Amino acid sequence: MAKRRRKKKSIEQLKVREKHKKINGSVGGDVCIFLFLSILGIFMVFPIYYSVVQSLKPVEELFVFPPKLYVLNPTSKNFHDMFKVAAEYTVPLSRYIFNSVFTTIVICVFNVFVTCMAAFVLAKCKFPGDKLLNKIIVIALLFQSQATWIMQFLVYSKIHIIDTYFVLILPYIATAMNLYLMRQSMSTIHDSMVEAAKVDGAGLFRICWQIVVPNSKPAIMTIIIFAFQQAWNINGGSVIYSEEYKTLPTIVQQISMAGLARQGVTFASAVLLLIPPLVVFLIAQGNVMETMANSGMKD
Amino acid sequence: MANQQNNQTPAIKMGYWHYTWHMMKVNKGCYGLLAPFMALFLLCTIIPVVMSLPMSFTNFNMIQTPKWVGLSNFYTLFVNDSVFLIAVRNTLIFAVFTGPFAYMLSFLVAWLINEMNPFLKTFFTFVFYAPSMTTSVYVTWQLILSGDQYGYLNAILLDLGFISRPVQWLTDTTYILGVCIIVQLWMSMGAGFLAMRAGFQNIDKTMYEAGAIEGIKNRWQELFKITIPSMGPSLLFAAVNQIAGSFTVGAVGQMLVGLPSTDYAAHTVMNHATDYGSVRYEMGYASAICFVLFLVMLLANKGVNSLLGKYID
Repeated sequence: MAKRRRKKKSIEQLKVREKHKKINGSVGGDVCIFLFLSILGIFMVFPIYYSVVQSLKPVEELFVFPPKLYVLNPTSKNFHDMFKVAAEYTVPLSRYIFNSVFTTIVICVFNVFVTCMAAFVLAKCKFPGDKLLNKIIVIALLFQSQATWIMQFLVYSKIHIIDTYFVLILPYIATAMNLYLMRQSMSTIHDSMVEAAKVDGAGLFRICWQIVVPNSKPAIMTIIIFAFQQAWNINGGSVIYSEEYKTLPTIVQQISMAGLARQGVTFASAVLLLIPPLVVFLIAQGNVMETMANSGMKD
Repeated sequence: MANQQNNQTPAIKMGYWHYTWHMMKVNKGCYGLLAPFMALFLLCTIIPVVMSLPMSFTNFNMIQTPKWVGLSNFYTLFVNDSVFLIAVRNTLIFAVFTGPFAYMLSFLVAWLINEMNPFLKTFFTFVFYAPSMTTSVYVTWQLILSGDQYGYLNAILLDLGFISRPVQWLTDTTYILGVCIIVQLWMSMGAGFLAMRAGFQNIDKTMYEAGAIEGIKNRWQELFKITIPSMGPSLLFAAVNQIAGSFTVGAVGQMLVGLPSTDYAAHTVMNHATDYGSVRYEMGYASAICFVLFLVMLLANKGVNSLLGKYID
């Protein structure tokens, strides 16, 4: 009798599990995980959320103590003030915004163009030196961060591009990370497609742009996002001296130097800097995940 | 690809170098497509990294021509520069927290997110990845950690009675490092985290079914017996990202507590290089610092490779 009951129970359990589409794991565990993630998530999101709230607060609410986590009368005054504050500098704020937008667009376009061609060759062609290049790319992933910029400074001053748009744009066009991700996702495309195109008499350039690139749209979205994030946050503080070439992050830093007195404006400028990458990522998240799924290192 | 097979015999006939030259001519289109990327890559990554070695043997202030000084930069660095030793210590502390610790944290979070339903998955991935996209939110941290009694953390702690007078979070040497580590941790879930998330999604579902039949009972067993072994490559990619990030921390601290921080309490190797490179313009010395940093990063990479190597087929 007991045996039969146990059997019945286990069948019921199986049914429940089927409903949850999960083989191992309990509902209680799910709730615990959710709570844990929520608490950690609040810690992650709070500074971002709070800077948005702070940027919308009118002056009389900004300095209320204890601070409010929400805004009663949202105002766009801080954003207007931001333009006024920047008017004290030699060029208007719109110039900084233009610089940031301009460099970002140029970087994204060239990054995709250059990376697609190189990744296609590395993923789909065999030629003397390909193994070496692939190795170099993997090692170069280590040196993608700010670690190199002091040495880069020497190179740029040697070729006299300091204090021009070039110094903002060139370093971010050829990035090892994007090439690596692109190569990984392009190598999942079947060789037979490339072979077929070759048989039909297409040159490498045409195979790249008409066969392989249209088939790796998620990867392209992903590298656009990564290039965008990097480009939008470029702080050319140490390589740009003229005001007319400075970008938005530099100016946000300058405004925030004013300290707590200009809180509203500081947060408004921070939010201006913060929102575009978040929105772009949110739109293309699915693509990013799809590309990152191929990012594993096998060699 | 087909070419190579056809040319196998000529390879023997023509000799290795001749054959290579021939293949290079046959595949010259490849080099053409690679050229734009590689030219920029050479200029912006390879030359700077490689040049850091010869530059580190010189004395160079950007105006006069570099003067060869042999190993004296390295000698000064390790023997006479007490600040560098502080920086190394701080960097190692940073590296432990933003390296292995952040790595395990992102793994844990990625795993837990993977157990949620699709909507929550997207939502939480966004929530945890968001801080690494934002470099400007340090202003909020400044507000929270501000040293007077209007700093939020101070206000809360004062109200609750934990402290009797405001703590100088950003200038008191006992707290600076801890504060910087927390902010850095907050920002540390970057591309590596995304790779892990994707790695979890990528695992063949039938593996879990097979595991359940074989007698795996709960999530923990699932994790160690199936999940980790089958996402080795993603783990390695995330590890490389983590190394690249954790050894070069400094920018955030610089904005938060200034350069140099009080008593060099949060001074990292990267800060030290910035100090000599872009403040004092002693480029030879800055190169030496960077070179040491590159070397350590390469070594760490080697270490991680051999550690995770067993999960990669």
